[in-house]
Amino acid sequence: MLEVNGLRVSYGGIQAVRGITFHVNEGEMVALIGANGAGKSSTLRALSRLLDPAGGSVRYRGSEILALPPHRLVEQGIALVPEGRGVFPRMTCIENLRMGAYSRNDKSAVESDLEHVLGHFPRLKERAQQLAGTLSGGEQQMLAIGRALMSRPKLMLLDEPSMGLAPIMVQKIFEVIRAVAADGMTILLVEQNAKLALEVSQRGYVMESGEITVTDESNKLLADPKVRAAYLGE
Amino acid sequence: MDTLLQQLINGITLGAVYALVALGYTMVYGIIGLINFAHGEVVMIGTMVAFTVIVSLAGSGMPLLIVLGIGLVVSVIVCMVLGWALERVAYRPLRHAPRLTPLITAIGMSIVLQNVAMIIWGRNYITFPPMIEKIIYDIGGASFTNVQVAIVSLAAVMMVGLIYLVHRTKIGMAMRATAQNPHVASLMGVDINRVIAMAFVIGSALGAVAGCMVGSYYEIAHYQMGFMLGLKAFTAAVLGGIGNLAGAMAGGILLGVIEALGAGYIGDLTGDFLGSHYQDIFAFIVLIVVLMFRPSGLFGERTGDRA
Repeated sequence: MLEVNGLRVSYGGIQAVRGITFHVNEGEMVALIGANGAGKSSTLRALSRLLDPAGGSVRYRGSEILALPPHRLVEQGIALVPEGRGVFPRMTCIENLRMGAYSRNDKSAVESDLEHVLGHFPRLKERAQQLAGTLSGGEQQMLAIGRALMSRPKLMLLDEPSMGLAPIMVQKIFEVIRAVAADGMTILLVEQNAKLALEVSQRGYVMESGEITVTDESNKLLADPKVRAAYLGE
Repeated sequence: MDTLLQQLINGITLGAVYALVALGYTMVYGIIGLINFAHGEVVMIGTMVAFTVIVSLAGSGMPLLIVLGIGLVVSVIVCMVLGWALERVAYRPLRHAPRLTPLITAIGMSIVLQNVAMIIWGRNYITFPPMIEKIIYDIGGASFTNVQVAIVSLAAVMMVGLIYLVHRTKIGMAMRATAQNPHVASLMGVDINRVIAMAFVIGSALGAVAGCMVGSYYEIAHYQMGFMLGLKAFTAAVLGGIGNLAGAMAGGILLGVIEALGAGYIGDLTGDFLGSHYQDIFAFIVLIVVLMFRPSGLFGERTGDRA
């Protein structure tokens, strides 16, 4: 579904991503793990067109998407849950969710999706009319995921969903991600918490200094002594 | 007592105009953080265009109200195009430049527009022909005219319309989302360039209406009139909390009232040393006081979330 070939990202003279190649198949969850500064978020930012890559190609369902401006991605079926959540702080929960459906024109289906998402996240339903900026970090993360779902994406890009959350909240968020994946969503998960990410995903790529160094099925990576030593703290 | 009531009425009239112009500053600032110093000149062009249209149609035998209506509509359209062109030509290429660059460009555009207006309409004061038959109403020793009633009610309609647009329509929601987080808004499918252009176009339309009001109220126009008007409306936007729509409205009315009361009482306060033609100083006293004691303005407490 998503094929990334030789993607390069530079900031000034520094190469943050040095020509990486990976792919995500339809219906699977793929984890991109690695230490802080390995280039994971730069990769996602380039995929979601928030920054211009220095080179490479990104094909989504057979066509090149690097030429598209960011606002054209959502209509292709790609939704990003950004690092740090990126909710609209002075809009209510409901308005944030409606923003997720901004590009859709099927009004009645949007209304039923809204009910569906609120059913998924009872916490958000309780706080429907509250400003998103007043929610806790975990609630904002749920809102960001719910907002991404509102666009009815085919591919979801998740950027560090566990960042800055209490352990109990992290568990909850990953239950949500598991549930979304179980519904058949294709997911690319970028995550520093390697153990959790490998536990929920089918395949994983390990990034190090802007390059992909190891790739395998997630359960094999979890068992790999080198990966365990470097990323699982053993 | 008469002076107080009279100056309140005058102040609200003036304040309605300031509020409409202030909205143009605050909408653009809220979305891209630019103070569009050329906005006052857009308002001036609005007055001038309305003047030209109304004067050239005056002898056509059309009913007065139709002539005024056409003048207003043409002026709004010209200003919308002008606002759009300003953003497209002057500001968009500088979107990622340091903040000072577009600000200086804005001052430059204001000078350009003043000079274009001077070439087209000349350097002398233009007097509007007295077309509207003034009706004067009396209440409690003070008086107001039908023109004032029209100004205040039209301004109120425009403001309610804007609030509806921003809070109840899809483009309004896109504007608010863009103001809060442009990157994420674009990922939701919002075309940021279109939203920014809309802010300029809507602000300019409000400015054109304000320009027509000023023309019909004072019955004179001048190619430099946009400078002072723009500066005062900017003060009103800062007073209310720049970037905040409700703040611009409240700040505009408040500034109008302060200025009118100041003009009404300045003679008494200074033992007739200063006359009412010093009314302009009040706007700047307000600006200095706000910047010293509450730089975020009356409604502005939102400094943290514009990272």
